[in-house]
Amino acid sequence: MPREGSPFKGVGIVALKEAADHMSSARMHLVMLLVLLTAIAAAWGAIDRIRDTTAEDAYLFLKLFTVAREPLPSFAAFLGFLLPLVAISLGFDAVNGEFNRRTMSRLLAQPVYRDAILFGKFLGGLLVIAIALLTLWLLTVGLGILTLGLPPSGADIVRSVFWLIATLFYAGVWLALAISFSTVIRTPATSALAALSVWLILTFFWGMIAPLLASLQPVDPFDPVSIVNQYELQQSIARFSPQTLYSEITGLLLNPSARSVGPLFMHQLQGAVIGAPLPTMESVMIVWPQISCMVAAMLVLFTLAYVVFQRQEVRA
Amino acid sequence: MSEIVLEAKGLTKKYGNFAAVSGIDLSVSKGEVIGLLGPNGAGKTTTILMLLGLTEATEGTVNILGKDPLRQPLEVKREVGYLPDAVGFYDLMTGRENLRFTAKLSGMSREEAEKRIADALATVRLSEVADRRVATYSRGMRQRLGIAELIMRECKVAILDEPTSGLDPQSTYDLLNLIQELSQGGMTILLSSHMLDVVQSICTRVALFHRGRIGFFGTIEELAARIGRGSFVIDVEADGADLQNVGAQISGVSSVQRQPDGRWQVEAAHDVRPDLARLIVSAGGSLKNLDLRRARLDEAYDQYFRELAHAA
Repeated sequence: MPREGSPFKGVGIVALKEAADHMSSARMHLVMLLVLLTAIAAAWGAIDRIRDTTAEDAYLFLKLFTVAREPLPSFAAFLGFLLPLVAISLGFDAVNGEFNRRTMSRLLAQPVYRDAILFGKFLGGLLVIAIALLTLWLLTVGLGILTLGLPPSGADIVRSVFWLIATLFYAGVWLALAISFSTVIRTPATSALAALSVWLILTFFWGMIAPLLASLQPVDPFDPVSIVNQYELQQSIARFSPQTLYSEITGLLLNPSARSVGPLFMHQLQGAVIGAPLPTMESVMIVWPQISCMVAAMLVLFTLAYVVFQRQEVRA
Repeated sequence: MSEIVLEAKGLTKKYGNFAAVSGIDLSVSKGEVIGLLGPNGAGKTTTILMLLGLTEATEGTVNILGKDPLRQPLEVKREVGYLPDAVGFYDLMTGRENLRFTAKLSGMSREEAEKRIADALATVRLSEVADRRVATYSRGMRQRLGIAELIMRECKVAILDEPTSGLDPQSTYDLLNLIQELSQGGMTILLSSHMLDVVQSICTRVALFHRGRIGFFGTIEELAARIGRGSFVIDVEADGADLQNVGAQISGVSSVQRQPDGRWQVEAAHDVRPDLARLIVSAGGSLKNLDLRRARLDEAYDQYFRELAHAA
């Protein structure tokens, strides 16, 4: 049945209101404080390390994000770990919270479509994450320039901006996951737990599960190709976790000398100068499938939330 | 007959095999205040949601202000306001900010919104607390804020779901006065309630819901004529006489019932006190008190639903 009027009317208003809510909520302040502190600690650690090894290192600027000093992980690893937490904390009560506050029926009685409400909530969360990410990135870059006196090259900037955008998609996957759970599950506490369990499994246990599943395909010790096959199977299973995709993207974008995310054969390296940087666009091309996978995951999860939300009864 | 603003034909809503609403017809003229009455679970809220297009009807059509809420939802929702049962607001925002948000969603310009918000808050007497967080509001204040939203949006039709439930008598009175003011301002109002006596003073017509159907739709007077068969009720305190026998001898008495506190309740078509007194005394009873009152509508209403329940 055709309906009149644009489904996007009011998206901006809902998104800005959501963003404003997030920015002023105590929950967000706590999470952002955690992120800020750890990010600065990680960047500081990297700077410390880089000072010691300036002479040997190429691509110093990008090292700011990837170098770690024990026991702290690198800035990029930190984001990979904490961003899902931020996204889940932004999204876990997006829809069911509205039902619990009994504001949903009033909201739906306003002259906007349901589409606008859900889409606005997603964009609002993404906007907050984007602002936080940009701030962290600028802080780290600023710290690097100030303490190391290290101006980034144009290529460095392009690479790290691409990486920043990929990071936003990565956070988007988790935000979409959290919003889907908030649509399907009626209690915010349960939906938060569900989202966190998925995060826990994909982040910590997937690395163990993937080889286990891959080992179901037998390896013939006399056939080296079967070993490669098994490894590739394991890698494809591992890539179901956004965490894997994201670390592959990070590895390639922030390290110009990296050439592949999978196994590399000698004949493929013929004529290559080992350690020579890859052109920026080549690196982006290599991880393009990973980036589109994350966008696809985000869209699939959002669509799930969308379908469930459209069919949901107004009466809680 | 003035212009019809809302018309529903054969509205039906089924959840699986269970019919929450089955075949409701409703026609409301401009400026009317319609009370949708019935016990909880009679299908009032479902009907309201279908009228607004918030729930798709299994069968039947709705026409509000000449529009179909399922095909032109935005236009319908622009002109039809809805105050849900136990309305919620964003607790961390002030009353004014809450209204500002809905004003933006309705696409008002900033200046116009500010002016309308201030006027609406003044009408519902919330101006003084407008800049306090809604978390500090009482239930009555929240309901009034909900009404303020309808005033601000200048709705032509307002649908209020249980606006008075959970309010103390003073807040209920205030809210009903407000609703009456809105109606005098030309707004067409539908309100649902399970308490007839609360809303009968402001309703021009009432619809009685029972198990997903409208059992009666008309004015309060028509309702009284139809279900208050004995329009006179007499409370009798008497010892030593069986009023069942006595009542049977008087013409016009429609029922005699013993109350739990030992008194008798006699319903009659006219004032039968002289006959009652004479017959009780002559039957050897001692008459202590005879109290005549008009049948209260809520009793009639309760009885109406009790009869329906028996009939089912």
